[in-house]
Amino acid sequence: MSSKGFIKSYSIIRNNQAILNGEEFLKGAPEDDFATFIRSLYKRLEITHSPFYKMDDMCKLGLMATELILKDAAIKEKYTETEIGVVLSNSSSSLHTDTSYYETVRDKNNYFPSPAVFVYTLPNIVIGEICIRNKIKGENTFFIFEEYNPEFITDYVNNLFSSGKLKSCIAGWVEFCEGKYEVFLYLAESDQGDNTIKHTTEQIKKIYNF
Amino acid sequence: MEDLVNQLKVQIIKALKLEDVKPEDINPTAPLFGDGLGLDSIDALELIVLLEKEYGLRVENAASAKKIFLSIQSMADYIAEHKKA
Amino acid sequence: MSRKVVITGLGVISSIGNNVQENYNSLTSLKPGIGHIQNLDTVHKNIIPVSEVKFSDKDLAHMAEFDMSRPVTRTTLLGIIAAREAYHSAGLDKVAKLRTGFISATSVGGMGKTEMLYQKYLDPADNGDFMKFLETHDCGESTERIAEALGIKDYMTTISTACSSSANSIMLGARMIKAGMLDRVIAGGVDSLTVFTINGFNTLMILDKEHCRPFDDSRQGLNLGEGAGYIVIESEEAAKAGNRPILAEVSGYANTNDAYHQTASSPDGQGAFLAMKKALEVAGLTAEEIDYINVHGTGTPNNDLSEGTAMTRLFGTQVPKFSSTKSYTGHTLGACGGIEAVYSTLSIMNKTIFPNINFKVKMKELDLAPETSLLSGVDIKSVLSNSFGFGGNNSALVFKKI
Repeated sequence: MSSKGFIKSYSIIRNNQAILNGEEFLKGAPEDDFATFIRSLYKRLEITHSPFYKMDDMCKLGLMATELILKDAAIKEKYTETEIGVVLSNSSSSLHTDTSYYETVRDKNNYFPSPAVFVYTLPNIVIGEICIRNKIKGENTFFIFEEYNPEFITDYVNNLFSSGKLKSCIAGWVEFCEGKYEVFLYLAESDQGDNTIKHTTEQIKKIYNF
Repeated sequence: MEDLVNQLKVQIIKALKLEDVKPEDINPTAPLFGDGLGLDSIDALELIVLLEKEYGLRVENAASAKKIFLSIQSMADYIAEHKKA
Repeated sequence: MSRKVVITGLGVISSIGNNVQENYNSLTSLKPGIGHIQNLDTVHKNIIPVSEVKFSDKDLAHMAEFDMSRPVTRTTLLGIIAAREAYHSAGLDKVAKLRTGFISATSVGGMGKTEMLYQKYLDPADNGDFMKFLETHDCGESTERIAEALGIKDYMTTISTACSSSANSIMLGARMIKAGMLDRVIAGGVDSLTVFTINGFNTLMILDKEHCRPFDDSRQGLNLGEGAGYIVIESEEAAKAGNRPILAEVSGYANTNDAYHQTASSPDGQGAFLAMKKALEVAGLTAEEIDYINVHGTGTPNNDLSEGTAMTRLFGTQVPKFSSTKSYTGHTLGACGGIEAVYSTLSIMNKTIFPNINFKVKMKELDLAPETSLLSGVDIKSVLSNSFGFGGNNSALVFKKI
């Protein structure tokens, strides 16, 4: 059976709040909309990645959550680009952006399908953006579940570790639908190192109440 | 012509979501792709949509697109020439 | 994980033939299937060349022995014809049923019917008999109908990763057999031509208005095609049990990602390079041991340069003989990996390399020229077959002579 990995860092972004390893990293004003909040998180993280502005909301969300968990993780020093994977999930796929795209084509008299919106009409594009930004080339998959399924994701990732395919993996949940958003991402590693949280469903339920 | 160039700058910044860029930062003769503004192939397709939406001009093929989208100036020249006709 | 995965059956339908023999005849007599649009209703009819299967849906239903009173798509019909040929050529109808799977790839699924009926679907007042076609839109629907036609019940799934789809279905099938989850799998893919794909690729400005010219300096883009290609793969033990001929082995496979851009492949061909390199590693082969590459070779400026760069990086100055059979079939998207798996196996079996027609001048950037005439009597021990998709989803398969 598969051996278990460990959780190095984790982030939660919801209700205008970003949490890193259980501590508040940024809190937006209650009246801020998502665009304002995620922009202030981008500024607060002090990164320069101009494609950020072109991304759809789900990609912005996934990318910022990834920035948080990788901030102090030094994965580039520890692993080669194919030893790091990304396994994500959500429940409404890319529906939020599918709807935006539909808005560009629904009126025959104002029919200007946007290529830049079209490229975001797939859920796994968020994996692509994370990989492009961080030069990650390992195993990656996007699953769609009705709700967050930590049993499945931990099994899947631990199996990638025990089969030797990956040494570390960004995993979790990235959901954006009808203005509501919720992301829980963590960095799992196959080696214990100085990690204290085991990569199991029980531990995930402790650090993330969903 | 200068008005057209400035108008194009604003439209491009908006259409391509170049939030970090200000109109006065763009040199109208600098290349749009590669080293200049660093646009990519998806941006190129958005520029084609922009020309059609804002100026009613259609770009027929990749070869002519390459010439039209060399710089803001070449876009403005193309618009000025074809709008008259 | 040491079970050998072997090929025992082939099935294909494309613009150059309705079965394996007809495809082989066209390939060896240098007859491409590219021409004017006949079956589709589109404004591009006489402008954009395509590689169509030259039968109406009604004719195809007759060939597939499908009851047309049920809702069905062109995708399903093409798939049944090719998958059934593969199934019968492997003699699966004559041997005891082992655990059998059907893994089918498609990029557009039932889009062809949906785009015809779309305006009617939207009209709340219109509730005619056509509503039964709604359920045929989903990509998985064609897989279910084809599996049903073959009587496969143990396992089925659908893969949709753009142009690498059917290479990925063969890879998944081989891995499931190696892992002992299934004994045999009919794996490959199918796509039919649609207005959706023609308009989409036309908007991307990567359709050549002439016959496509893979790897040629003057190439302007691809020609879209349609068809289906499936291979029957089995564990060696299962294949030997029925005393049926083994045609070749699926010895290597890999899928990688480019981490470069949402749609374009990287200029250094990193994803393509890694896919080929890893497939060779899985096969336990060195680069020198590859005798022929059936390249992805779509004819777009971006793909051929990126793929050629990756080949040069992997093989150095000793790039093996290679050709793009898309110069015959056009780019069949979700079906191309399946169709080209059939062609690669035919190359091994018949000691033949099919030429890359329409090639004249090497691209400026690379010193690479594909085979331009039919080569026979070539002892081909291992073939590499590439299938690269949008977004840098790159796959490579290795087929080996037994």
